[in-house]
Amino acid sequence: MSPAQNPDGRKREAVVLEKKSDSSLLVHLQGKWQLGHDMPSSSIVAEALSAQPAPARLGFEASELGGWDSALISFLVATYDLCRAHGIEHDQSGLPAGVRRLVELAEAVPEKQGARAVVKRIPFFVRVGDLTEGYIAAITQTFAFIGDTTIALSELVRGSARYRIVDLMQNISDCGPGAVGIVTLISFLVGVILAFMGAVQLQQFGASIYVADLVGIGMLREMGAMMTAIIMSGRTGAAFAAQLGTMKVTQEVDALTTMGISPFQFLLLPRVVALVLMIPLLCLYSDLMGIVGGAFVGVSMLGISPTSYMRETIHALSMTNLVLGLIKATVYGALIAAAGCLRGFQCGNSSSAVGDAATRAVVTSIVLVVVACGVFAVVTNFLGI
Amino acid sequence: MADAGQVSQREAAPPHIIVRDLTMAYGSFVLMRDLNFIVRRGDIFIIMGGSGCGKSTLLRHLIGLVEPAKGEILYGNVNFTRADQTQRAALLRRFGVLYQGGALWSSMTLAENVALPLGEFTDLSPAQLREIAALKLALVGLKGFEDFYPSQISGGMQKRAGLARAIALDPEVLFFDEPSAGLDPISSRLLDDLILELRASLGATIVVVTHELASLFTIGNNSVFLDAESRTMIASGDPKVLLETSTNPTVRKFLTRGEADNGERSHA
Repeated sequence: MSPAQNPDGRKREAVVLEKKSDSSLLVHLQGKWQLGHDMPSSSIVAEALSAQPAPARLGFEASELGGWDSALISFLVATYDLCRAHGIEHDQSGLPAGVRRLVELAEAVPEKQGARAVVKRIPFFVRVGDLTEGYIAAITQTFAFIGDTTIALSELVRGSARYRIVDLMQNISDCGPGAVGIVTLISFLVGVILAFMGAVQLQQFGASIYVADLVGIGMLREMGAMMTAIIMSGRTGAAFAAQLGTMKVTQEVDALTTMGISPFQFLLLPRVVALVLMIPLLCLYSDLMGIVGGAFVGVSMLGISPTSYMRETIHALSMTNLVLGLIKATVYGALIAAAGCLRGFQCGNSSSAVGDAATRAVVTSIVLVVVACGVFAVVTNFLGI
Repeated sequence: MADAGQVSQREAAPPHIIVRDLTMAYGSFVLMRDLNFIVRRGDIFIIMGGSGCGKSTLLRHLIGLVEPAKGEILYGNVNFTRADQTQRAALLRRFGVLYQGGALWSSMTLAENVALPLGEFTDLSPAQLREIAALKLALVGLKGFEDFYPSQISGGMQKRAGLARAIALDPEVLFFDEPSAGLDPISSRLLDDLILELRASLGATIVVVTHELASLFTIGNNSVFLDAESRTMIASGDPKVLLETSTNPTVRKFLTRGEADNGERSHA
């Protein structure tokens, strides 16, 4: 039982029980009963009520009660519940009027039957069925999305799509120039890492100069597109999902639909087109920065002269690798934009749903990018490119 | 009484929206079933009921954002539920919707918001578009706010701007989703006046989702009452008449702010 403090510093009990001769129990409430004021424990009252022989009546006395708030009310409501459970009468005439009124208010409306959440055990087969239904619905939704997107794209090709050029420009600016900083940093570092990894092995054969080949081909063929895609899915894919998700929550998407304007043309097209246009350029830039990063390592740490590093790089690079990288980047860009928009349009009706949509957009687009990368690897290997 | 005369005149007006055996459901969860009602031309039709009973969902059905689980919705003699793409598009063009939060497109200025539907469905020049957008904004008391973005104005102003957008194409049917939610009493009163004014000047049929008593008695001349417990409509008709004649305890309790049931309780 935690004591309250007297002004003179002596510890004092918050609850003092007094057994009266007529088998009733008088509870003296003392000191402060306030939340956060070293709350007095009330277990002593609960014990006294459950003890045998049980008191017939419960009364209160509050002449020495200091400040009180919900702490006291909650104690009283719990005590009354106990009294009712044990069939003990309670008399609250000894309490301050404000306390009595609040307790009455708390007890005015009886507990609604069935309002408490009941933990129901769902049978195994029902759960399997529900999950299957959910997956089927998700697949149907995805196909509907692919269909709507295709329709919008065909409208775009025919030149009858409705969207605002301003939106397209805004998105191009966001996906292109806006991403240059982060692409520079990441690509340069990837170039540095590739060069270091290669150098450790190649130095053993005295073939450090081939670091240039390794970095050049690696960036052009694989890493440039891949790193750009990873950056853009975290940066732009998530942004698309969050923007569209918010527009869904605020009913802006509904407003378009009821006006007979297709959200797929108006919202999705500018985003997909912007990213598909910008990502090859970013990829090209990423290739260049990666090579610069490799050269930095080659020149400063492996003792290769800048000219020979450059000559070796030019010798290693081929148009095939460059074009292959750019094609990959374009495909990745389309996948990222589509995943972002899909998750945005699927967003629920709350602010936490917008966060979920952004998260799912990033996960989906990274999975799609890696799968596409695998497909490219198999296909190029098969075709001997 | 002139008012009563107007009402009876409207009773004779041809049906505009006919809802037949409508069942609304999310998956297998039935929200409302067996909804049957008629909205006549020029009506101000109130959809009322307690919170969470499906009023806004009914509105979403009426404007085609959600497909009925069962039953159908007709506009005049066009079956909206079974309509093909072109018929549907033609109907949508004659709707104006004011969403709960205004739902203005946040990346556009107010003038652009209002001009977008105009630009989509008319051949006006940019200058004309801007002129008409300014006029519509002036109608809702937002003259001079053409170049503001939605985030730069207050919630009440956003709602009025949303209304300007909704009336951009001079719609035949106007839908309002909780127009007075989040507005102070005076703004909400002004909005009511505006709704009455629009009905008079555009001759539009107006459907309002609301549980604001003051507002629904002032503007409504027909209504449907949705009950969450029985999952269907339990009353329909003029709200003022319902207040006097309805014997259903739920309806009475709602229309009198709960005073009908416990009249013996003192309210001093």
